[in-house]
Amino acid sequence: MSSPHSPGTHAEPGTHPGPAGTRSAGVPAEPAPAAVGRAVDRVDAPAKVTGRARYAAEFPYEDLAWAAFTYATVTRGRITAIDTAAASALPGVIAVITHLDAPRMKPSPKPNPIRSMESMATATSVDYLNTPEVHWNGQPVAVVVAEDPETAAHAAESVAVTYEVLPHSADFAAEERHAVPQRNSVIQHASGTKGDADAALAAAPVSVDLRFTTPRHHHNALEPHATTAVWDGGRLTVHDGTQNIHWLRSQLATKFDVPVGDVRVLAPFVGGGFGGKSMVWPGTILTALAARVTGRPVRAALTREGVYRSVGGRQPSVQRVAIGAERDGGLTALIHTSTAPMGKVGGAPEQITSVARHMYGAEHIRHRQYTLGLDTLSTTNMRAPGESIGSFAMEAAVDELAYELGLDPVELRLRNEPSSNPIDGKPFAHRQLTECFANGASLFGWPARSFEPRSMREGSSLVGWGTAAAYHPAWQLPANVTVRLDARGRALVRCAFHEMGMGTATAQSQIAADALGVPFEAVTVEYGDSGLPTGPGAGGSAQTASVASSLLEACEKLKKSIGTPREGESYAQLLARTGRDHAEAVVGSETRVGKRVGQVRFTAKYLREQRRWMKAACGAHFCEVRVDADTGEARVTRWVAVFDVGRVVNAKTAASQLRGGIVMGIGQALTEQTLLDPRTGRIMNPSLSEYHVPVHADVPRIDVSWLDDPDPTMPLGIVGVGEVGITGVAGAVANALHHATGRRLRDLPLTLEKLL
Amino acid sequence: MVEVRLRVNGTAREIDVEPQVSLLDALRERLGMTGTKKGCDQGACGACTVLADGERICSCLALAVQYDGREITTIEGVDHPLQAAFTEHDGFQCGYCTPGQICSAIGMLAEHKAGAPSAVTEELDGDGAELTDDEIRERMSGNLCRCGAYNGIVDAVREVAGP
Repeated sequence: MSSPHSPGTHAEPGTHPGPAGTRSAGVPAEPAPAAVGRAVDRVDAPAKVTGRARYAAEFPYEDLAWAAFTYATVTRGRITAIDTAAASALPGVIAVITHLDAPRMKPSPKPNPIRSMESMATATSVDYLNTPEVHWNGQPVAVVVAEDPETAAHAAESVAVTYEVLPHSADFAAEERHAVPQRNSVIQHASGTKGDADAALAAAPVSVDLRFTTPRHHHNALEPHATTAVWDGGRLTVHDGTQNIHWLRSQLATKFDVPVGDVRVLAPFVGGGFGGKSMVWPGTILTALAARVTGRPVRAALTREGVYRSVGGRQPSVQRVAIGAERDGGLTALIHTSTAPMGKVGGAPEQITSVARHMYGAEHIRHRQYTLGLDTLSTTNMRAPGESIGSFAMEAAVDELAYELGLDPVELRLRNEPSSNPIDGKPFAHRQLTECFANGASLFGWPARSFEPRSMREGSSLVGWGTAAAYHPAWQLPANVTVRLDARGRALVRCAFHEMGMGTATAQSQIAADALGVPFEAVTVEYGDSGLPTGPGAGGSAQTASVASSLLEACEKLKKSIGTPREGESYAQLLARTGRDHAEAVVGSETRVGKRVGQVRFTAKYLREQRRWMKAACGAHFCEVRVDADTGEARVTRWVAVFDVGRVVNAKTAASQLRGGIVMGIGQALTEQTLLDPRTGRIMNPSLSEYHVPVHADVPRIDVSWLDDPDPTMPLGIVGVGEVGITGVAGAVANALHHATGRRLRDLPLTLEKLL
Repeated sequence: MVEVRLRVNGTAREIDVEPQVSLLDALRERLGMTGTKKGCDQGACGACTVLADGERICSCLALAVQYDGREITTIEGVDHPLQAAFTEHDGFQCGYCTPGQICSAIGMLAEHKAGAPSAVTEELDGDGAELTDDEIRERMSGNLCRCGAYNGIVDAVREVAGP
């Protein structure tokens, strides 16, 4: 093993070691040009293009041991015998840990967002390795620790498990009829009504009433989940690819019954997440357990199959969208219902029908979600949970209605663009969907489209153009931040936020630079470490706005504490003139009581704001597909999207976020599905060879743009760009495929055998 | 155990490994060179791409013992205009596929220069295909990017490939 790496000195990897202190040796004489809005390069680019960026499985430790897992092969059962002799006998095996000898861990708290948002970190209620019960096909039932990764993997496969098989069902189609209405929660409306949508639908002169299905999806971040865990007495240090440092820390403290302050979580770089690294999955907990049992630093890097076995994916769904309209296209009725399973042992219900609340100004609206439990691993959030698959059904149904009416699909949307939130009349904080459609149609050349399906053939290619709306709500989470400015004009921002590729460190550096009047290059940001002020989780497209809100407050506090500069004087110069080395400001308390008070205050203010305004990002997609008339092979060949995402902090990283969402949406539309054997609940395609994510050849030039008009109700006018990109994409592709071929496909993915 | 002698980024390295140890694990876990990434360990994602005597390979599908005496270039040994181009064109987000994309692009440009055709090359005789965006996409399709930074990667490769 290479040089030892003390866990106490890991501030550096999460720091952007920018040229602070080199280029900013002197105090700038001129005010710095605004950094916000510029397309500056990522601050972590040098680390990422040279291989220096270290991910969770890449921190060297002396005496490191390796863990690997044995996964259950039955759907539901009880372990009656577990033979570890062969595994234990392999040279290099240090320990084989099973439910027979694993130390007791505290049970995971039941997720309850009202009591504590942190309880949401619990991915599953199963006390894996503390119980002989098996609740899903793939549940870890043994942990092997060995001197090297190959031995650990071999030994894990040598553990022989005998089960008593218990009655089970993992068959969504068979169990669908047992679904029950989902309850509303503080974070989502599972149902809502305005007027009498069923009567209005029955009375409507023109209507569609359609059934859509979407399959399970997996995030497939390129970095498989990995953990390196080190105990030092009762103190635990964990390197983990997490997008929820704070939740992971408190969850580890709960499971191992140690004070939260004795757990340190480090995640300076995370190799993609998309929701798959939000919750705490067994691999992380069991690596910490293995380290505790063996007294060695232990690393587990899940195999790709291991990720499928032990980390949840997106819910599959069956959806109904029914729309009634007058002959002029004015909507009278809008009904959207969904049924989607979770694991009996946990899961995250997606807000699949929420788009019905916000998108179209129908007189009568009804939406409702139903859920059921299956004997499978928990489901979990995946990029734009709910809106992503819900917008597929909604946008495809609107397109079908347009064809029933003989109206251009853009025109139908514009005629039904509401002036306030359709379900409850709440004012929009900001909504420029009409402008998005107008700009997008013009950029794409939409007016040249012929209405009739199969009317744009070129040689052996059937050409189709499709459109759809995009929508994702704007959220905020609490964030604690400290800011420091020194007399040389260097600024340091500290917050335990996450960098999974969104460009957060870059964007926050830009925001701090402008707020403090220093050059972008003079700002250093520290993140990805639970030793820093508590940051928000990376989810809900909320991180940038959440950190920005506290960062701006901290900068104001800091400037106030420094005093009032003279004409032409910077705050750094004022510090220097008054003989002070630096000044620091803190937003948010790190004490247990302080945190709780902060959370309550934040939530109260946030809910007040949310009741007052409907805040969201939106956009318009336009795409071209070409379908081979003989083989049915469909390719997306052109894409234009225009978004209303409030202020854009960094044009370069925001464009990548929006494009990335569209690329994942193209996968959702055409190729992606997790195949679960309904008899056994076993995932049949747990690999990147068999689960098809888009590759270079699947992705055309994607022209993204935005209106760049700040949302007056959000910090700096930022709305968030991480998720809105994927919404509507599968709908746009389905609509383009119809235009190309005349076929309506309502079951994702839209593969060629369905087109032929 | 088998003694394997590699030249890695110009430096002679000797390691004792079991025959089943992949070149990827030898680099990452025996030599501590973690710039090369493991995304699937079965040749499906390209994150582990390195150059062996200048040719791009998936190091997860290569056994370390097969490469005895060979020159291996990993991202840690790369000093190439592609790195600046990836930065300029934002050819990555999370960065996990980036070392593989860059090593793969270096190998791909050499293949193209040597006249190797791809599945979308129409003219198979002549001086070789022009490196259009479609050619770049086809030739880089073994390297997955789940963040979806494909447009930026193509732009970066095209800029470095030149006219």
